[in-house]
Amino acid sequence: MSEPTTGTGLALGGPASHADAAAVGTGLSKKDTGPGKPRSLWGDAWYELRHRPLFWVSAVLLVLLLTIAAFPGLFTGADPRDGDLTNHFLTKPELTHFFQADWFGYDVQGRSIYARVIYGTRASIMVGVGVTVMVTLFGGLVGMLAGYFGGWVDAIVSRLVDIFFGLPFLLGSMVVLNAFTERKVYVVIAALAFLGWTTIARVMRSSVITAKQADYVTAARALGAGTTRILFRHVLPNALAPTIVVATISLGAYISAEATLSYLGLGLADPTISWGIDISAAKDAIRDNPHVMLFPAGMLSLTVFAFITLGDAVRDALDPKLR
Amino acid sequence: MTTIEKTTSATSRVEESDDGTPLLEVRDLHVEFHTREGLAKAVNGVNYSVRAGETLAVLGESGSGKSVTAQAIMGILDMPPGKIPQGQILYRGEDMLTMSNEERRKIRGRKIAMIFQDALSALNPVLSVGYQLGEMFRVHQGLSKKEAKAKAIELMDRVRIPAAKERVGDYPHQFSGGMRQRIMIAMALALEPDLIIADEPTTALDVTVQAQVMDLLAELQREYNMGLILITHDLGVVADVADKIAVMYAGRIVETAPVHELYKRPAHPYARGLLESIPRLDRKGQELYAIKGLPPNLLKVPSGCAFNPRCPKAEDICSTEIPVLHQVTEQDGTELPGRGSACHFWKETLHG
Amino acid sequence: MAEIEKKAAVDRSDDIQDATPNVTEVETVDAATEEAAVEAIEAPVERGEPILQVRNLVKHFPLTQGILFKRQIGAVKAVDGISFDLYQGETLGIVGESGCGKSTVAKLLMTLETATAGEVFYKGQDITRLSGRALRAVRRNIQMVFQDPYTSLNPRMTVGDIIGEPYEIHPEVAPKGDRRRKVQELLDVVGLNPEYINRYPHQFSGGQRQRIGIARGLALNPEIIICDEPVSALDVSVQAQVINLMEKLQDEFNLSYVFIAHDLSIVRHISDRVGVMYLGKMAEIGTDTEIYDHPTHPYTQALLSAVPVPDPESREGRERIILAGDVPSPANPPSGCRFRTRCWKAEDRCSKEVPLLAVPERFAGSDTPAAHESACHFAEEKDVVHA
Repeated sequence: MSEPTTGTGLALGGPASHADAAAVGTGLSKKDTGPGKPRSLWGDAWYELRHRPLFWVSAVLLVLLLTIAAFPGLFTGADPRDGDLTNHFLTKPELTHFFQADWFGYDVQGRSIYARVIYGTRASIMVGVGVTVMVTLFGGLVGMLAGYFGGWVDAIVSRLVDIFFGLPFLLGSMVVLNAFTERKVYVVIAALAFLGWTTIARVMRSSVITAKQADYVTAARALGAGTTRILFRHVLPNALAPTIVVATISLGAYISAEATLSYLGLGLADPTISWGIDISAAKDAIRDNPHVMLFPAGMLSLTVFAFITLGDAVRDALDPKLR
Repeated sequence: MTTIEKTTSATSRVEESDDGTPLLEVRDLHVEFHTREGLAKAVNGVNYSVRAGETLAVLGESGSGKSVTAQAIMGILDMPPGKIPQGQILYRGEDMLTMSNEERRKIRGRKIAMIFQDALSALNPVLSVGYQLGEMFRVHQGLSKKEAKAKAIELMDRVRIPAAKERVGDYPHQFSGGMRQRIMIAMALALEPDLIIADEPTTALDVTVQAQVMDLLAELQREYNMGLILITHDLGVVADVADKIAVMYAGRIVETAPVHELYKRPAHPYARGLLESIPRLDRKGQELYAIKGLPPNLLKVPSGCAFNPRCPKAEDICSTEIPVLHQVTEQDGTELPGRGSACHFWKETLHG
Repeated sequence: MAEIEKKAAVDRSDDIQDATPNVTEVETVDAATEEAAVEAIEAPVERGEPILQVRNLVKHFPLTQGILFKRQIGAVKAVDGISFDLYQGETLGIVGESGCGKSTVAKLLMTLETATAGEVFYKGQDITRLSGRALRAVRRNIQMVFQDPYTSLNPRMTVGDIIGEPYEIHPEVAPKGDRRRKVQELLDVVGLNPEYINRYPHQFSGGQRQRIGIARGLALNPEIIICDEPVSALDVSVQAQVINLMEKLQDEFNLSYVFIAHDLSIVRHISDRVGVMYLGKMAEIGTDTEIYDHPTHPYTQALLSAVPVPDPESREGRERIILAGDVPSPANPPSGCRFRTRCWKAEDRCSKEVPLLAVPERFAGSDTPAAHESACHFAEEKDVVHA
């Protein structure tokens, strides 16, 4: 009825009308050239995403990283655990020896830094993806139930979230991990997920609360739809976007958390190969041989950057209003 | 107090300034927006003018460009994506589009003020109403805090907010919708502007409150002898307060007329269709006349007359040639002052 | 067959909410089993017979304080004892300003909210007490069209899924193989291209979306459609299209409408009878002529006089009642007559005695159009529309 007062005040996206003269009475014609092809909101988001250079930068990086994590053998023939002391301690990088074992030089124990960087990718990616999946499933479920049912469910969940939120993430995971003598990848994943689910739960809770108040949810209830249908057909698809964004961005954060913990000696430990462990090992040699730290740290930053950039691009694509 | 009163005709004192230039004149204004889907031509050559004491109603639906024109006048258009490729906006004969930002800012708020539809989002929720009203005086006239507050109370009294003295420290959410709209009117009035642009000022209000607010606005307009541009889609409100009307469709003015003339004898099929399609309070009709089709899409404005796909009178020429705003005359050829119709068949529409 | 017995559903001396002494008795159906209840719900109703009867309906929203241990500190009396009948095949308009409780009435009729007190009889069954299969049967027969076509359609579902959802919830209505065809038929019925079935709501304009909402409401072949401001979000030129469509569908599918709106002109156009609500109570109810041409309640008169008439000739000398102040808070409504704080006729009696919604004594027995139910101690005819 009235023009929107915000923004441009345009009625965009409405179909052009070239109604033929058949319509009297209801004033309508079947021949309105309707809107173009079916365009779902997810489709629109994908369209937005496709047109962002940053998305492609991060996507290419991530595909590369995932391939490295899955098939490290494709990228180097050297054995990352093979310490050959004849390789001289801390040989400097030979930057022209592309993809050779001595490309990035050797570390304190005479191991190929290039091989270690390649093999270390798997641990980081596994921790990042593993924590994100667990956190999204658990936090998402808890947040959804709290948001949808409200009342005492919400009261309990919200208090629980508050308590967990009060624990410092890193300090908390250090305390938890300290209780384990053998710290495999899954232990680190479990420890980080145990402390990390609250963010997703909060985000999910609030977007579910918004979505459940929408008119289309009332319409479904008026039709007699059951809770399951309302939750999974109407509420969840409309509440998912913020969770996806937060999950993607925090994936990077979990990777750096793992590296931090490993650096402090509380995360992964030898014989697992991890950038964090290598950074830790390099700290004594940094003065004379900065390359020992530079390469694992660089890879870590690159990975975290790739995930955060992807999260940013996804957020912009899902919600054009935030731009 | 609840009052029962006879409405009186709002015979406005239209005064021409010495040299006969109108207060505000829009000449051949174009506004376009660059969007992902393409170029949206929101305003395509709009002309209108307002004199002191006069009420111009700009009538249109969504996508007609009525609000965009107002935003262009106020200089609050988002640019980009908006762009004004052509046109002039003359305030007392001076083109505001070629002025410096500084000069323009002096006119905005002080000489031309605007009232929005949604008072709650137009007022700052964390500042008291008195502070926001007083701000106008502190910034523009350099008054002290105390003086500004006194002025704020005076203004609230003027727009008849009860217990203004006690309520001056209240926040916007503590007022009802009608009272908030009054506060916005007070803000617009603060510096006694020459011209007020009211964009759907009563659309969000209940009818009884709507009547109060429109009455207040009309009374203040008379008192200060201001020009008023009323942007609305409500044919009832227009009939009550307007002196002359400009009907907009797809970014063009399709008909201009003095208020009585338009309602009696519309000269454009769109205006005629609108008038026939609204149900009446005082009689029970049969089936409503309905304009077929959909409001225009600015990305794909039909060729020729934009209304042609929906028009019952459309012929071949309507889809090929854009009709200009013809001067409307009586059958014997005498010109009807202030009347224009952008229809190839205005004669048939008016006299047929 | 269910046993039918007559019961005076409103005859309860302890009920102080009862402000409508002379509504007709409800023929209740005491269904012993769920089958019997469903059978009663499926039974046809003659044209002109009551199909929906509302008696002393009350909805109070509690105002609470505290987070874990909630303490009730008051209540918003959104709907406070209203009664009316809806007859088969008619349109009952309900008008009122924001906050008068008209939308809450819609939600109560749809059993989207639980009534605090009172009954809603659908074919003699109190739907506020139904559950299980009987409630599902009622839900199938009473549908709703929402105000905002931009928010009432799930943006992530296709038009086909939206209109077809009723069949998924009530699979007995249409076998799976039939559904796509039925959805396309519905699109055709509401004047949309059936090929649009795979498109998404945001690809349509407001008027087209409202047609989609109407198609969804029609899917289950309901008997009653509750329309909550169905055209107020649409462009003027599109409103007439949708109104005409709704009238056409009413004839075609033999529907009864409850038409809730704030636009008095549109309500007059579409309604056979009109009820005027103020602060949770019905102020006046009658046929459209009785309400619009012979209003007797001061609030109705004020409301009608405030509507701008789209005719500049009438702007001189038209009598207009400008109400003072704002609508009081429904959490703390005035004693006695709720309108008295803004009424120019108010006297002492109005603050002490709640006026009943009844034919005013002075008109009782006469057959003037002024003899319709009006909840005012000083009911008096006043034509404000034509004055």
